[in-house]
Amino acid sequence: MIEVDGLRYSIAGRMIFDGLSLRVPRGKITAFMGPSGTGKTTLLRLITGQIRPAAGRILVDGQEVATLTRPALFALRRRMGMLFQNSALLTDYTVFENVAFPLREHTRLPERLVRTVVLTKLHTVGLRGAARLMPSELSGGMARRVALARAMVLDPDLLLYDEPFSGLDPISMGMVLRLIRANNDVLGVTSVVVSHDVEEISRIADYCYVVSGGKIIGAGTPVELQQSDSPLVRQFMSGEADGPVPFHYPARPYREELLDGGA
Amino acid sequence: MAARSRGTLRQVVRRLGDGVRKLGAVMYFLAGMLRAMPYAVRRPALVWRQVHNAGVLSLVIIMTSGFFVGMVIGLQGYDAFSRLRQEDLLGAGAALTLLKELGPVVTALLFAGRAGTALTAEIGLMRATDQLSAMEVMAIDPMGRIAVPRFLGGVVSVPLLTAVFNSVGILGAYFVGVQLMGVDNGAFWSQMQEYVETGDVWEGVLKSIVFGITASLVAVFEGYTSERTAEGVGLATTRTVVVTSVLVLILDYMITAFLL
Ligand SMILES: Nc1ncnc2c1ncn2[C@@H]1O[C@H](COP(=O)(O)OP(=O)(O)OP(=O)(O)O)[C@@H](O)[C@H]1O
Ligand SMILES: [Mg+2]
Repeated sequence: MIEVDGLRYSIAGRMIFDGLSLRVPRGKITAFMGPSGTGKTTLLRLITGQIRPAAGRILVDGQEVATLTRPALFALRRRMGMLFQNSALLTDYTVFENVAFPLREHTRLPERLVRTVVLTKLHTVGLRGAARLMPSELSGGMARRVALARAMVLDPDLLLYDEPFSGLDPISMGMVLRLIRANNDVLGVTSVVVSHDVEEISRIADYCYVVSGGKIIGAGTPVELQQSDSPLVRQFMSGEADGPVPFHYPARPYREELLDGGA
Repeated sequence: MAARSRGTLRQVVRRLGDGVRKLGAVMYFLAGMLRAMPYAVRRPALVWRQVHNAGVLSLVIIMTSGFFVGMVIGLQGYDAFSRLRQEDLLGAGAALTLLKELGPVVTALLFAGRAGTALTAEIGLMRATDQLSAMEVMAIDPMGRIAVPRFLGGVVSVPLLTAVFNSVGILGAYFVGVQLMGVDNGAFWSQMQEYVETGDVWEGVLKSIVFGITASLVAVFEGYTSERTAEGVGLATTRTVVVTSVLVLILDYMITAFLL
């Protein structure tokens, strides 16, 4: 469903991706893992065509995203759903209208049907009762679940989840895990889950990529990754700060910076 | 000395470069809005909602300011005309001042301060919280959905608000001139009809349309291109007021010089 080849991208002169290649097979759950700040969100922005790569190709369903005309890109996006890391609910609409928004824009469903669809989606995330609230009245975890309902409302072929587990209590977390799995098993959705939550992701992902320093440092099924003998992957899976994967944002040596008194 | 003036020169050149780049960005933005125009035109309700918002935000401040500006014109006009023993001309003088100059200019400045800043902050916050990106990904053009209706709403509102400002202003002048200073009621209105020509009205209308486009474009552009931080939104809001005010005053001179 998604093919990334030799992707290069840099922000503000800093190389984020340096020749990244990966495949997301249709109908499977693929996870992108990696330390904070490696560019996982940036990768999703590239896949959805919000930004263009400096080099390399990104194919979604056989179409090269960066070269599509605007109408073609919009047609492609209509078949995608994306859960934003910070939910990105529209602040001047109610929860109900937020979820109804894509339906009202892209379909001509009668009001009764819109209501049914929206309430069903809200029910699956446990927030049917919150339909009349405004986004400002929601907690962070509730907002994520509303955003999840919104991402799913058009029954897309491809769902991109950016950190779906952050800020969720254990019950909501279980619900979201089952939901991602069910979208996949029942509806055949292709899913991309971005997370650094190794344990949760291992429970649902069919295949995982570990991204660090602009490259793929490991790939495989969760079980394969657990047993990987690559020191890079081992460090990430077990969560140690010291090791080949940099925990620190690029910087001068610590000692040097502390000693020179801020010149 | 030479070194310093060279430094200043370099700064001037850099400023000019920034200005040109900004102008290019505005043009690019305007082209984007034109492309998204059909979307908004097919949804007039979105535009009306913005006209309503701008109106609700600005009406009280426009009416209050208009009344006081009118009263000042009444006082100053009475003082000036009575020196010439031409008090009867007060109505005509007040109407001309308001219609041709003060109405469009002050309305545009108040609009920028009240509705313009609100627009910039609103759109800037949408940018900062990824709401615009979310729309993009939902295959909905945020230009058409967010920018264009707000722009058109402003373009429609400013001339309407200007008309309100002028009407209330004339009432203010009437209140001071006729009620307090004793100018003859009949003369106040008849001299106004006698001296105000259709061309004067059109000059005011033209100005209010140009200012409406300017103020709305600046407000929407600054919000849309603001940096995605609280500080960035704050700075953009300030720029809306500053840039609109300066542009309106410059354009006012240019239109006046052109028409006279
Ligand atoms: N607008 C920007 N200007 C400059 N640098 C940026 C900008 N946006 C992102 N970056 C940089 O790009 C890198 C990747 O950012 P991104 O948001 O994709 O990370 P991420 O992998 O999603 O991290 P997290 O897991 O914390 O969400 C970061 O190091 C960040 O510093
Ligand atoms: Mg991220």
